[in-house]
Amino acid sequence: MNINDLINHTAEWLRGAGPNSNIVMSTRIRLARNLAKVPFPNRAEKKDLLNVVDELNKAIAGNDYFKDSVLLKMNELDSIDKQFLVERHLMSHEHAVSGDGKALIVSGEEVLSVMVNEEDHLRIQVMQSGLTLNESWAIINMLDDSLSKKLQYAYMGNWGYLTACPTNTGTAMRGSVMLHLPALVMTKQINKVLAAIAKLSFASRGFYGEGTQARGNIYQISNQVSLGHSEEDILQNIGGLIRQVIEQEEQARQALFMQNRSMLEDKIFRSLGVLKSAHIISSQETIELLSMVRLGVDLGILNQVDRSHINELFITIQPAHLQKIEGKKLTPAQRDTRRAALIREKLGGV
Amino acid sequence: MQCNICTKKKATVHLTEIIDGQVTELHLCEECAREKSVQMEQQFGLADLLAGLADFGKQVKDVDKVKLDCPHCGVSYDDFKKFGRLGCSECYPAFRDHLSSLLKKIHGSNLHLGKAPLEFPKPVGPQIETLRDLKAQLQEAVQKEDFEKAAELRDKIRLAEKKEENQP
Ligand SMILES: [Zn+2]
Ligand SMILES: [Zn+2]
Repeated sequence: MNINDLINHTAEWLRGAGPNSNIVMSTRIRLARNLAKVPFPNRAEKKDLLNVVDELNKAIAGNDYFKDSVLLKMNELDSIDKQFLVERHLMSHEHAVSGDGKALIVSGEEVLSVMVNEEDHLRIQVMQSGLTLNESWAIINMLDDSLSKKLQYAYMGNWGYLTACPTNTGTAMRGSVMLHLPALVMTKQINKVLAAIAKLSFASRGFYGEGTQARGNIYQISNQVSLGHSEEDILQNIGGLIRQVIEQEEQARQALFMQNRSMLEDKIFRSLGVLKSAHIISSQETIELLSMVRLGVDLGILNQVDRSHINELFITIQPAHLQKIEGKKLTPAQRDTRRAALIREKLGGV
Repeated sequence: MQCNICTKKKATVHLTEIIDGQVTELHLCEECAREKSVQMEQQFGLADLLAGLADFGKQVKDVDKVKLDCPHCGVSYDDFKKFGRLGCSECYPAFRDHLSSLLKKIHGSNLHLGKAPLEFPKPVGPQIETLRDLKAQLQEAVQKEDFEKAAELRDKIRLAEKKEENQP
């Protein structure tokens, strides 16, 4: 497999299936791991970094989890390739900046990925469709165990896994759930919900990267604290919180459906209409309209649209994806045209 | 040198106190130092006692801890404060005292309760248990405002941590 195979492929986490997938888009668990006594990436020399890539490569040889995986070296990728991987949620913006000694490993279904030499030596990620905290934990836990037999992890009994930044020390685990919350936004309850989340020391941010404003009514909620609780306890806490948010969103959807049904149907069908017929469309407008169409699918108002197609479009309408599909660089104006064509193609437009 | 407080016994503990930016050097005997430590703990408040646990030890030994560098990667604690990133895994034991209170501030705890690497050498096992027990007892003593007991436990914890640190 190589990077170009990813484009013709729907990542597992975009299937739009799995538990609570009417509201939960995906679940992601990340573990930070470092090798004992090797300088952290911010202090390491190039030879140290290459050594880490090498060690990991040896450690995963013959490991079933990495059977169909591909190793991508950052200094061998162009800027569109790197942005493409960021858009696909396989790596961070930071990882795309300066390439020497940095790498990314991606498994066949894109369930599994490892950023090598980002802020820590390893950032292992498992990402799946729907609310799958337990299932994703089971996978990443086993994978981590198998790696810990081959790599000498940086670890102390009292403080757990040692990371470049002490905000990650301990379990070094970040669990994130991506939620589609259009009804909470439309009923203007979202800020109340986000404030409550912040009070419980969980973080929430938008779908299109850290520090971005939420677009398309998609929010990502994750734990802040990584020390002093077991991984299972942390995930259980996130799960409990997520279930409450889901309940709030469901109530808001019911209220909208009961009280403003024709307004809601109008908004949803118009959104689908624009998406099916536009010939020039910006990503901002697309994302807002996709959110409405997804809500229509979830409420059973739109039966002929496939949820996985909508989920996929959230990703593929982004700039680097369009350019990978087209196989060449596109200007912003060309992208708006190409985007509209892609959407019509996917949704059977005119 | 005589103790600054009782002016009778020999000063064996050297303390640097910074109050409102004013640096004061104190040279104390063992006994007065203990008194002073309880005083300071009360000043800092109960919540800070646990976090400040190691910081006090650092102040006592300030003389030989002027420079705080990681012996493995050379990063200094000042570098860390500036950039927010540590240099390597050995920075953790090197800055143990500072990080212990920092971790507590960030996470509300400085004790890992999660998983361990499979092949991680386990001899620390029973010792971690006692260290955990000691810390739990300390917390209890603080809650009961039994400072004598707390000081005693603090010494034990420091000893246990030192032992662990010296293990390969
Ligand atoms: Zn004295
Ligand atoms: Zn170091």
